[in-house]
Amino acid sequence: MTEAVILRHNKIDLALHILRAESLDAVVPSRPLLLLHGLGDRSPDSVPHWVAAWPGPIAALDFTGHGDSTVPAGGGYSPEMLMADVDHALTHLTDGNPDRSITVLGRGLGAYVALQIAGARAGQIHGAILTDGPGLAGGPTGPTSQSVFALDTDGSSPDPYALVELGRDLRPGDYAVSFVGLANAGAPVATPIAVASSFRPQWLAAVAEAPGVIESSLADALATYE
Amino acid sequence: MVNPDADSGLDEHGESPFPDAHRPDRTYDLPAHGVRIAVHEWGSADAPALMMMHGGFDFARTFDGFAPKLAVAGWRVVSWDQRGHGNSAHAPLYSWDGDMRDTLAVFDYVAGGRPIPVVGHSKGGALMTQLADAQPHRFRCLVNMDGIPYKRNIPDLAEHERTTMLAKDLAGWLDHRGRTATASRKPGTLDELAHRRGRMNPRLPHEWLRRLVTTGGFRSDDGWRWKIDPALRFGGFGPWRPEWMLMRLPGLPMPFLGILGAEMEEMGWGTPPHKVLPYMPIDGRCEVLDGVGHFVHIEQPDLVSRLVLDFVGAPA
Repeated sequence: MTEAVILRHNKIDLALHILRAESLDAVVPSRPLLLLHGLGDRSPDSVPHWVAAWPGPIAALDFTGHGDSTVPAGGGYSPEMLMADVDHALTHLTDGNPDRSITVLGRGLGAYVALQIAGARAGQIHGAILTDGPGLAGGPTGPTSQSVFALDTDGSSPDPYALVELGRDLRPGDYAVSFVGLANAGAPVATPIAVASSFRPQWLAAVAEAPGVIESSLADALATYE
Repeated sequence: MVNPDADSGLDEHGESPFPDAHRPDRTYDLPAHGVRIAVHEWGSADAPALMMMHGGFDFARTFDGFAPKLAVAGWRVVSWDQRGHGNSAHAPLYSWDGDMRDTLAVFDYVAGGRPIPVVGHSKGGALMTQLADAQPHRFRCLVNMDGIPYKRNIPDLAEHERTTMLAKDLAGWLDHRGRTATASRKPGTLDELAHRRGRMNPRLPHEWLRRLVTTGGFRSDDGWRWKIDPALRFGGFGPWRPEWMLMRLPGLPMPFLGILGAEMEEMGWGTPPHKVLPYMPIDGRCEVLDGVGHFVHIEQPDLVSRLVLDFVGAPA
């Protein structure tokens, strides 16, 4: 079993799972790796084999409405609100020190959120690795005919509202690329974003083609952002 | 410490009076898929229903002056506080989808599937325009009061400066989210809150703003505070573009009346009328009110209520 830290984000209790703690021998804190799961998924119970080579601490966040985090009533999800979830994890993992940074690895929906936090907190995201997972595509890239809906929910996770609302959110390519520009302008490294996915929906294809974004295997990207 | 004299002149309900403004005849809570929504009605409970939706950072009681003018004409005017606003619950999450869902709960309760007249102001007008496009069977007609969004350009700004501005916006928003768990609205005297609101509503009289404080705020030990959820923040960012709302207008199949104030204000969309007029639906028209700001129904309640009543026709 892993330790979970509860972080309060407005009315939501977020579960941040510490999969691997900082080594007791560490003289100076090493850079944490934060894992972000895909749509409808949850954090792993232990360190996944595909990040086992990471030299420092590893944590994984359950987004709002997922895993062990609070399932709110009435929906209202957006990737931007999940970015704010990640910001709370960032503050915790860096002890609130704006001079410290983390590397973030997002799968599916988590990749889109990883891109956003890499732009929004560019000075503290050493690298963002975007890879395949549930919810990678998202919704349309422009306005469409729209359905309005209500769902039966029982408070269990994952929240059905999250599954629908975060599966159809607007993801225009130029909006996604604007976060690349912010990351490039403010990150401590020259190429802070790595695309390691096989599938490239429109927003991610636009990101992969943007200046300063590297395309890489997962292992190479992790080695780059240690 | 609050000066009790500052609260003088309130009526028996603890509300600041304003000419022709009336409390709702009925108020009640409606469960909307887990979110408590406060509903306010003016007029006879047996009269035909007319829905009225307020704008962002407003609340249903901002219709205290306007709604009664439609009620005396025979309508049951139904408005509600959007989630996080007025007397409705502070929700864990806020989004356009969430507001749409809450709106449908009120529609279902009040009208079932019957088409009824609908009036929306500002964000309420934009939201109702989208709902009219998605579910036209619910609308007998639609009045949009200064709620037609249009792209607002910031001229003479280089690309790298735009990036800097967005970075500050994002960081500011995240910093705000970091404080929401413990945040509360800034307290003040009744007049202080009215003055603060007046900075965003410079065209509205102070006595009206005082009434807003006493209907959209509450008094605590250290002063008055707005009821609106401190987690909500003016402005924002995201992938949605205001001008996308325009694409929904031409196809609306129900009669449509747009009412635009020609005077630009901070809380308005800054929509130039000539940009909107080409997008009117087949059965639509737009009235542009010169010398009137974003709150057309508050600045000119008699004129706007006449326009609306003439447009929606007799209650039936």
